[in-house]
Amino acid sequence: MSTSTEVTTFKSEVLVTGGKSFSDVNNDISAPLERFPAKTWWACFSIAIAAFGLGAALAADMFMNGLGVLGLNQPNGWGIFIVNFVFWVGIGHAGTLISAVLFLFRQKWRTAINRSAEAMTIFAVMTALLFPVIHTGRPWYAAIWLLPYPNQRHLWVNFRSPLLWDVFAVGTYFTISLTFWFVGLIPDLASIRDRAKNPIRKIIYTLLSVGWRGSNKNWSHYETTYMILAGLSTPLVLSVHSVVSFDFATSNLPGWHTTIFPPYFVAGAIFSGFAMVVTLLVIAREVFNLKDYITLNHLEKMNKIIMATGMIVGYAYSCEFFIAWYSGNPFERFAFINRAFGPYWWAYWIMVSCNVFIPQVFWLRKARRSIPVMFVVSLFVNIGMWFERFVIVVTSLHRDFVPSNWKYYVPTWYDWGITLGSFGWFFIWFLLFCRVLPVIAMAEVKGVMNLEEGDGSHGPVPLKEVPAHG
Amino acid sequence: MDNQSKVPHLAGVIGFFSDPHQLLRATEKVRDSSYKHFDAFSPYPVHGMDAAQGLKRSPLPLVTFAAGLTGGSLGFLLQYWTSVIDWPLIVGGKPLNSWPAFVPVMFECTILFAGLATVGAMFLLNGLPNHKRKAFDPRITRDQFALLIEAPVALEEDQGVKFDEGKTAEFLKSIGAKEVKSVYSEGWF
Repeated sequence: MSTSTEVTTFKSEVLVTGGKSFSDVNNDISAPLERFPAKTWWACFSIAIAAFGLGAALAADMFMNGLGVLGLNQPNGWGIFIVNFVFWVGIGHAGTLISAVLFLFRQKWRTAINRSAEAMTIFAVMTALLFPVIHTGRPWYAAIWLLPYPNQRHLWVNFRSPLLWDVFAVGTYFTISLTFWFVGLIPDLASIRDRAKNPIRKIIYTLLSVGWRGSNKNWSHYETTYMILAGLSTPLVLSVHSVVSFDFATSNLPGWHTTIFPPYFVAGAIFSGFAMVVTLLVIAREVFNLKDYITLNHLEKMNKIIMATGMIVGYAYSCEFFIAWYSGNPFERFAFINRAFGPYWWAYWIMVSCNVFIPQVFWLRKARRSIPVMFVVSLFVNIGMWFERFVIVVTSLHRDFVPSNWKYYVPTWYDWGITLGSFGWFFIWFLLFCRVLPVIAMAEVKGVMNLEEGDGSHGPVPLKEVPAHG
Repeated sequence: MDNQSKVPHLAGVIGFFSDPHQLLRATEKVRDSSYKHFDAFSPYPVHGMDAAQGLKRSPLPLVTFAAGLTGGSLGFLLQYWTSVIDWPLIVGGKPLNSWPAFVPVMFECTILFAGLATVGAMFLLNGLPNHKRKAFDPRITRDQFALLIEAPVALEEDQGVKFDEGKTAEFLKSIGAKEVKSVYSEGWF
């Protein structure tokens, strides 16, 4: 037994590598905003515009000819559009998890990724919202009929319907996420304003930064607000995908009517969202040279979360089967056997392979820290989670209680083209974001840099007279 | 507070520090001095600064609570009034006031009101947005830490409070400022 006074010291983790100073943070992260976009950016942007254009043209054609151009039939009244809605809302959840939940748990590494993840949330929700609206076939009515407002028909919306809860949940989620994101951006917008040389950029960022000047009296209220928004967003994000799952769970259809849906949907949403964050960040850190800020350690932590949530999702898959057997309900049993071994067996096994089997490679440290491996795995998870929603929507609908009512659902190229268009729409916004806003929260990164005393600015720029501002 | 005049008048004297620890110690000294109006400026929130400055806890949580309560109640009233009073319609065999079905919308209204009111109140308390307000120095949002000792406002000057620009600058230097300069306010300070 050792009786010596051994002292274990913990060295705080280095979150920013490369010996960066505070002014390096500003220079590195603002650089993409201040130069003309490179050819690769224009190439990506053109592809995104083209994809969106194709989707928009097909959607316009669909509005003129009706929903018959889609693969929907009886009994498959919901198809790829609803799959896409759930998929995109789910993608958004990782952003809120990173910005709010990890903030409350004081995970300092979140500062490297929270800005881009929150941007992803907002754009993903904007993409998701397209689908229920265009799915009505008359989007100009749907956009207003969803809202409770006094009207000449003396009608009110049905507040007992989960579809209406969705309107409130996703609407609140979008509004609060956007607000939270903007509040987080204010100090960084002020940084860009203060370093802007171009007069037009100066004016734009002066307006956007709402007059922020880093006063501690302001920081005091600001930090309280940030904490409160994180505290409000945490139950909000859990409620949003729970409400989305109610769209299915409150029906009587076997395969939808299960109590496991809310937690299962939330775990799946976090899983798919983190995969999308990894996909985007692996590209962004390469293109914008941010490897000292978004380090392998950060990505490794994300991969651990991907593996953990992947196994929660895997548990939910098996739990559904167990309950289907244990319930003794023949319709429930049939729905699940049909799901894995019926006509859509291929979709089910794509889902299980991508979501449960493939992320298991992250048990290996080497795989967690390998950029090519994590990129490929994150793409597989995105595909797998898209198929999860496909499996939930389509395999439950296509064979319900009465065999005479059964029908196979095949999406048409309108379905696929509009889906592709949604990816174009998402990437248009994300690419614009990378050009006009700082992709990393500069003020927050500076707060976790742990510089030693007297280290405030490595090689400070010599102080000289600067004309005073009022 | 006649700050709207076109003639720039002395707003105060600002001193610069290159690291947060120095700023923290200097702020404590100002707090314990006879200067009443001062503020610290930093590129990111410096921990411990609220205490060093003698600031009270932000009242914002009260706003959040009140707004959340209002939002939840309004959410319920909207659903009750439309479903029970204005258009009573039995849906799915449920009673007219089927309150458990109203919970999700009440919850979302609570969050929506609470979040927006908190941000609105934060803007109000901080005097934002105010696009005329520019940084005292462009380096503050980059890597400099600053301490501003504000000149008394017109009302206090009438009451005989004097502000000595030179002495204040000397004081800032004595507590460790590397560089000191006077700042003038134009428009809405």
